[in-house]
Amino acid sequence: MEGNVKSTIMDADGVRRALTRIAHEIIEKNKGTQDVVLIGIRRRGVPLAERIQNKIEEFEGVKLPLGILDITLYRDDLTTIDVQPVVHETKVPFSVHGKNVVLVDDVLYTGRTARAALDATMDLGRPQRIQLAVLIDRGHRELPIRADYVGKNLPTSSKEVVSVRVQEIDGADDVLLLEKPE
Amino acid sequence: MKWKRKDILDLESLTQEEILHILHTAKPMKEILLRPIKKLPTLRGKSMMNLFYENSTRTRTSFETAAKVLSADTSSIAVAQSSVSKGETLLDTAKTIEAMRVDLVVIRHSASGAAAFLAENLEAGVINAGDGQHEHPTQGLLDMFTMQEHLGELSGKKILIVGDVLHSRVARSNVWGLTKMGAEVVLVGPPTLVPPELKVLGVKLSHDLDAELPGADVVMALRLQLERQQSGLFPSLREYSQLYCLTMERLKRTGKDTLVMHPGPMNRGVEISSELANSAQAVIEEQVTNGVAVRMALIYLLMGGSGNVVA
Repeated sequence: MEGNVKSTIMDADGVRRALTRIAHEIIEKNKGTQDVVLIGIRRRGVPLAERIQNKIEEFEGVKLPLGILDITLYRDDLTTIDVQPVVHETKVPFSVHGKNVVLVDDVLYTGRTARAALDATMDLGRPQRIQLAVLIDRGHRELPIRADYVGKNLPTSSKEVVSVRVQEIDGADDVLLLEKPE
Repeated sequence: MKWKRKDILDLESLTQEEILHILHTAKPMKEILLRPIKKLPTLRGKSMMNLFYENSTRTRTSFETAAKVLSADTSSIAVAQSSVSKGETLLDTAKTIEAMRVDLVVIRHSASGAAAFLAENLEAGVINAGDGQHEHPTQGLLDMFTMQEHLGELSGKKILIVGDVLHSRVARSNVWGLTKMGAEVVLVGPPTLVPPELKVLGVKLSHDLDAELPGADVVMALRLQLERQQSGLFPSLREYSQLYCLTMERLKRTGKDTLVMHPGPMNRGVEISSELANSAQAVIEEQVTNGVAVRMALIYLLMGGSGNVVA
């Protein structure tokens, strides 16, 4: 992990409760589960989307379709970054046409990832609506983008790093605020 | 892994890690290629030039398609209608192309080493699309990608390459790549086309196809260039196909569900029977699809990051 831990923003229970609330809000806002599909943005958006899928199944008895989006090829900094990012597979095994797509990511920051995810989703078809769910909204937007579902709004400085950890990838469920190393 | 290369000239100089990285990158590219809307904005504003000194349909079109899916601009020079026929040297032609701010040059040339020569002299990236009898690295990579999709890990797999190995750049690239993956490669053909000197490649040579077939996971037929008969390298097409033509009957000897491959264009009835080429065992069209995916991966790797792009 980069930087020193300043504080724990959410522990495992906090993450679980936030996702439970987001799952309820998704059902509420879409008036049920009809035509709702979930798409997790690699990497940590994927396990978060899976958990939302499980919770909605628990509450409504419906297993929503779940896709995985890799936005690497849609990044706006591909020709300027030093280390070329590794491209992974996009797996959206259903048509997004006419669907209410809920994109899921861990942190909303500049909005550039969300912009890339919007473009990547539209290249798969024409959804009826796209919504964005994030565990943490840390501010500092550089694009006119907002989230529809937010686990926690967290005012931060650009010198800080928000690290969302998930069991499936990092071996723990929590959200930490770190000081960016000099 | 950090990608550092500006050019793809051969598989001989690539490391196993680099090859695996290319094959890994080709996987998401294939998913994109199979979409109904196959267009990504990734390489907007980048340009690629096809410089083909030899005839080619599939390789040139494959490169063009790959570049277009990723939104790079492409143009092609068919040498017959170009200034080359007015006597311009290869280097001058390439320098002219580079002066048009092309980021990537794809070259096919009858002289072995032509691509390496360009790579040394150009700032733009260079991909070898076949140079003489040396290598055809993108074909080798797409063949390996296809094998991997069907067989998983290539380590320990038995792979026969049958036919005119002597003149085949496809065979050379496959040998370099496959041996780096730990596959067991056997080159099979008549002694005139698989001469003992090929031992330097470090693989087994054989003149008896039927004896090598048992246990083979992949059998790849090479295109037999019919003009080789005139130069006396084999007595007759009939004799050649009796000994080396891949047929349904013959493939039964492998004792397993062997993959049948061919880099195309095929001489049906000479190196591969029509029946076999059309069968479910043959993945020849799949090779073509995978060729676009692998070339997308290479074009992305060579033009995608800042480190390997002409500023």
